[in-house]
Parts: sequence; structure tokens; C-alpha cells
Amino acid sequence: MVTAEQVWQRFAEIPDPEIPVISLVDLGVIRSVDVQDSRVRVEFTPTFLGCPALEVMKRALEESVRELGGEPDVAVVNDDSWGTDKITAAGREKLRAAGFAPPAPRLIQLQSAVHRCPYCGSTDTTLENIFGPTPCRSIRYCNGCRQPFEQFKTI
Amino acid sequence: MAAPPTRQQQLERELLGLADDELIIGWRDSEWTGIAPMLEEDVAFSSIAQNEIGHARAVYELLSDDADALAFDRAPEEYRCAPLVELPLLDWAHTIARRWLYEVADEIRISALKETLPLAAKIDREETYHRLHAEMWHARLQGTPQFRAAVEELWPYALGVLPAAQRDALSARVGLPVVEAVERGTHTDGLAEIWDEMTMVRRSAPAGAQW
Repeated sequence: MVTAEQVWQRFAEIPDPEIPVISLVDLGVIRSVDVQDSRVRVEFTPTFLGCPALEVMKRALEESVRELGGEPDVAVVNDDSWGTDKITAAGREKLRAAGFAPPAPRLIQLQSAVHRCPYCGSTDTTLENIFGPTPCRSIRYCNGCRQPFEQFKTI
Repeated sequence: MAAPPTRQQQLERELLGLADDELIIGWRDSEWTGIAPMLEEDVAFSSIAQNEIGHARAVYELLSDDADALAFDRAPEEYRCAPLVELPLLDWAHTIARRWLYEVADEIRISALKETLPLAAKIDREETYHRLHAEMWHARLQGTPQFRAAVEELWPYALGVLPAAQRDALSARVGLPVVEAVERGTHTDGLAEIWDEMTMVRRSAPAGAQW
């Protein structure tokens, strides 16, 4: 019989389809896992509503539950429960190590407007474009190490 | 005589208008993909379009079990979008004027919905970045005669995005007086044109096709 703990462990191995250095658990999009006999109810929140990776994530969750012998029931919850503050500390560090500036906590980001380069740590960076390769990223440039980098948007 | 609409029916009608606005402006924004005046704007308009259409989908899903049917299977006259979003590919001054006016109006509308609708709060988080983009361009272009003329020309259309009760707030933000609006419920020729393109694949697909 599958347990909620096994399901969480398995979900921690599913990479984000667009930023595969972090898992869906690191990303904070899994809101709850509820196991009743073989039925596994999962509530999951999208990052950005127009994110094309949404369907891919949902299918990956369902597939993982089936691999563990459970019957998946994955519900997409479009409420306001996800923000970048839901990304775990481990997830932020993995992002930074891969060259994505992790999103600062929302309150701090909105007040300080300081953005740190993920390569050299300099805060002397400029915004190149509010939008980037996916809805969740901006493009910035570091004047310290002269490296452009992707900034995960704080939302 | 028909009974007056209940609050729930009024809310659903308002949400359908919002979703149709987001779908159509998203479609219009996407027309800049590949041809914007600079690469950054190609990316920005494509990304904004993706978000807006994502918002439309999420609201359609609230209103119906079949979001695609609601988005693409209605006749043009059944859409509830404001005429502002229908206007065809405009020059850059008009495009930015429309984006800015739309975002200012949309912020007023979404803020009012946030208390009662959790989805509106989620949409609002994403719209923050659309507003930054619109405000950046507004700051850059506001001194030019082309932009000022475009704002004035589109102003009656922008008023039509909001119900009468919210128009004073828009007027205060934009700095133009409330005038007669181009109202929701009427349509421009732009809608038929974009509807034709937007629904073409679905209309030409064989019956029973799976999406």
C-alpha cells in the first residue's frame, strides 16, 4: 500500500520541466497529498497561469503515483496559494548554483529592488528585459562580472 | 418579463467579459511576435500574450467544464470583450497606448474582484509585471505627440473596459475626463477578423477530434 511519505519522496525526484535543476517539491507547487486506500489525491497549484509546463507537470505527477501502485487524482488549484515565497530554501540554492538568480522574498524584493548576480554576488546589476524565455524569468546584466543572467521573478 | 439577473449571474457575465478581454488582447499582443521594433519587445509581447491567454483559460474554466468550447465555439457577436482589445494591429504608439490603458483599467477591475475571487489575486501577481512594462513605455513615450494622440483616440475605448462605476478611478489615473464610452456589447470589424483566424483550426478539425 502506497503511503503519503512515499508519494512525497517520489515527487521530490520529478524535475521542473523548464528548470530541471529543481524538483516540483522544491518549487512548492504541491499543496497536499492525501492517501485513501489506493487513491492518491494531490492538490497542485500552477506557477504562472499561462505556463505551458502545467500539463506536463500534471501528467508527471499522475505517472509517478501510478508507478507507486496508486490511483492518481490530481487537482489543479487556481487560487492564490502559490507565490515565489513557496520555493524551498534548498530549491533557491539549486537555482542559484545553476545560474538562475533565485527570487527574493516578496516583501523584501518589492521594497528593496536589489537584485544579486548569481555568479559573482554583485548587486550592481541592471534590468535588460522584464520578460525572458519563460513567463517566470527576467533578463538582467551584471556590471561586476559582465555576465547576463536570468532572474526568477518574485510574485 | 424576464427576471432581473441574480448577483451570481451578474458576476458570471462580468467574468466572461474579463476572460474574453484577456483572450483577445492576448491574441492581439501575440501579433508582435517576430516583428516588434526590438528583440526585447518580441519577447515581452510574446510573454504577455501567453500570460493573458492563460488568465482567459483559468477564468473560462471557472465558468465552464469545457474552456476551449467557450473560447472558440461561440459566434463573434456572442463574445463579451470590450472593443478596445479588438482593434487590429496598430502602430507602435497606439499599441503601447492600448497596453497602458488596458493595464490601468484591468488593475482597477482586478483589485475590485480580489476580495471575492481567489483567482483574481493570482492573476494580479502576474499582472504586476505587465504594469511595470506598460509604465516603463508610458514614461518613455508620454512626451511624444504620437503617443498623446494615440491615448486620446483610444480613450473612449478604454472607458468601455470598465463598468460606469469604475470609470472615475480610470479617469483619475489617466488624467482625461470621463466621456461617452465605446461600450462592451458592441463590436468593431476587428473582432470578426481575429475570430476568423483564432477559430480556424477548431472549425476545420474533423468532428470528434481530441485536443
